[in-house]
Amino acid sequence: MSRSMKKSGITVVFYFIFTLLAAVIFLPIWVLFIASFKPGSDLLQYGLNLDLNVSRMNLDNYILLFSGQHEYWRWFFNSITLTVITVLGTLLISSFVGYGFAAYDFKGKKFLFILVLLILSIPLEVVMLPLYKQISSWRLLDSYTAIVLPFLAHASTIFFFRQYLLSIPRSLMEAGRIDGATEYGIFYRLIVPLMKPAFSAMAILNGMNAWNNYLWPLLVIRSSDKYPLTLGLNTLINPYGDNYSLLIVGSVFSVIPIFLLFVAFQKYFIEGMMAGAVKG
Amino acid sequence: MKKFFYSKKIAPYVFICPFVITVLLFWLVPICNGVLLSFQDVLKNKWVGFDNYSRLLTDKIFRKALWNSFKYMTGTLLLLIPFPLLFATMLNSRWIKKTEFFKSVYFIPALTSVVVAGTIFRLMFGESATSLFNQILGIFGVSPVKWLKGAGTSFFALLLLACWRWTGVNVLYFLAGLQSIPTDLYEAASIDGASGWQQFIKISVPLVKPTTVYVLTISIYAGLSMFLESNMLFKGNNSPNNIGLTIVGYLYRQGVEKRALGYACAVGLILLLVVMIVNLIQLKVTGTFEEGRD
Repeated sequence: MSRSMKKSGITVVFYFIFTLLAAVIFLPIWVLFIASFKPGSDLLQYGLNLDLNVSRMNLDNYILLFSGQHEYWRWFFNSITLTVITVLGTLLISSFVGYGFAAYDFKGKKFLFILVLLILSIPLEVVMLPLYKQISSWRLLDSYTAIVLPFLAHASTIFFFRQYLLSIPRSLMEAGRIDGATEYGIFYRLIVPLMKPAFSAMAILNGMNAWNNYLWPLLVIRSSDKYPLTLGLNTLINPYGDNYSLLIVGSVFSVIPIFLLFVAFQKYFIEGMMAGAVKG
Repeated sequence: MKKFFYSKKIAPYVFICPFVITVLLFWLVPICNGVLLSFQDVLKNKWVGFDNYSRLLTDKIFRKALWNSFKYMTGTLLLLIPFPLLFATMLNSRWIKKTEFFKSVYFIPALTSVVVAGTIFRLMFGESATSLFNQILGIFGVSPVKWLKGAGTSFFALLLLACWRWTGVNVLYFLAGLQSIPTDLYEAASIDGASGWQQFIKISVPLVKPTTVYVLTISIYAGLSMFLESNMLFKGNNSPNNIGLTIVGYLYRQGVEKRALGYACAVGLILLLVVMIVNLIQLKVTGTFEEGRD
């Protein structure tokens, strides 16, 4: 066997393995997608599978989604609201803090930065219950403030902005000072415009997390008209009435916004997820 | 006043201020309260000393939860580190050129919420003969299995869900790490006649270590604090014989479902301790401390 034949043999095997892996990874999405055209009662009875029985497939679930009596779209827009507030608030506050860490040397900086790293390694679940008690004593339960406020200065986002800003030369800030800009003016007029890629990556990451957030909202939100989509979908798991039809088509639609964003801004998704991975 | 606020000495503290407030209000105070609550019986509103902790030591269900979480963490570490590293190395090799499509597809599961992903897997592991995994068994002539009723089969379902969601992300982590290794190292090795496998063991694995340590750290954290995946797969926090109960599941059961807040806070602090200890051991074993010193 010649060397080039062996080489192309490896290439074929590699492409085969990765295509197979892609198919396996895509399979659950495909199964969900075709299930959205099957009656909800089928799902309850038969589970999810690859069957394509065209005679039993129809658009009823989609019709139910767009014209039925249910709260789906309210949850959907609640999630949009929550995601927008979270992203804007987190980017504003966390970039501000990240700049403080990157651009200045001050007393206590080392200690505070260790705190950032420490918080990164504490599971939220550890503080979840006492935090809930505190939020409740402030009479903030059942509000979006309760969901968003504790995480505006978000440790991993601060860390990302700080790393990004370290690459910006301090002479730029010095030049700003000579031109008579204030410390805050330097940040907003000179630095923020340079941070566009960092903002995009963090907007995507925080947006995705906010859209998919479940546990903390489950604790603090009470009324079903304030539910984000994740909580709302979960109430449909009870197999009564049309719930399963709505659950499955609603799940498909809950993935679509993120999926479209992913197709459009793939680079930022991956950059956001990769934050900190190479440097550790 | 305004001048003070705008001075170069004060400005850094203004920038840092939101973080300091967050740490105090939303981390330090809750952790201290958690410690205080763990010494109380909140329902009876009295101090009970170490009672909650001594009860935990003999609590068989907590021990089961602890064991389940450890088992899950170990399983995810064994599956979600070596295989993604291998896939990333293959994607990074010279034998394969067009990788963008694969990278995108592998990332898709990470876009789904745990509610959607968990629901899909619960229904694919349904009990009827027509659910996907029983259909697959049917091809090999095996009769349908009640996947989510048995300890072993449901553990398999949990691991498969974790692999589905995170294999792609970990591949991308390792790919980023591998791409930062200078290519001339591999060239020199092939001139010396090293095989692909030898290059993987002698160059890729050691040089990608910072990434491995990072992935290890977040996987330990995520594995030990897993809760929602099990909650979705078993349609709630009560799995048959507690086969799906995790540390956080137990914390939730005690703190939210039974309103025994003091006991739940003790569970939370044990979780914190366990995560810290496992990660310290991991950082010690991988030698990250020594490298961090220089």
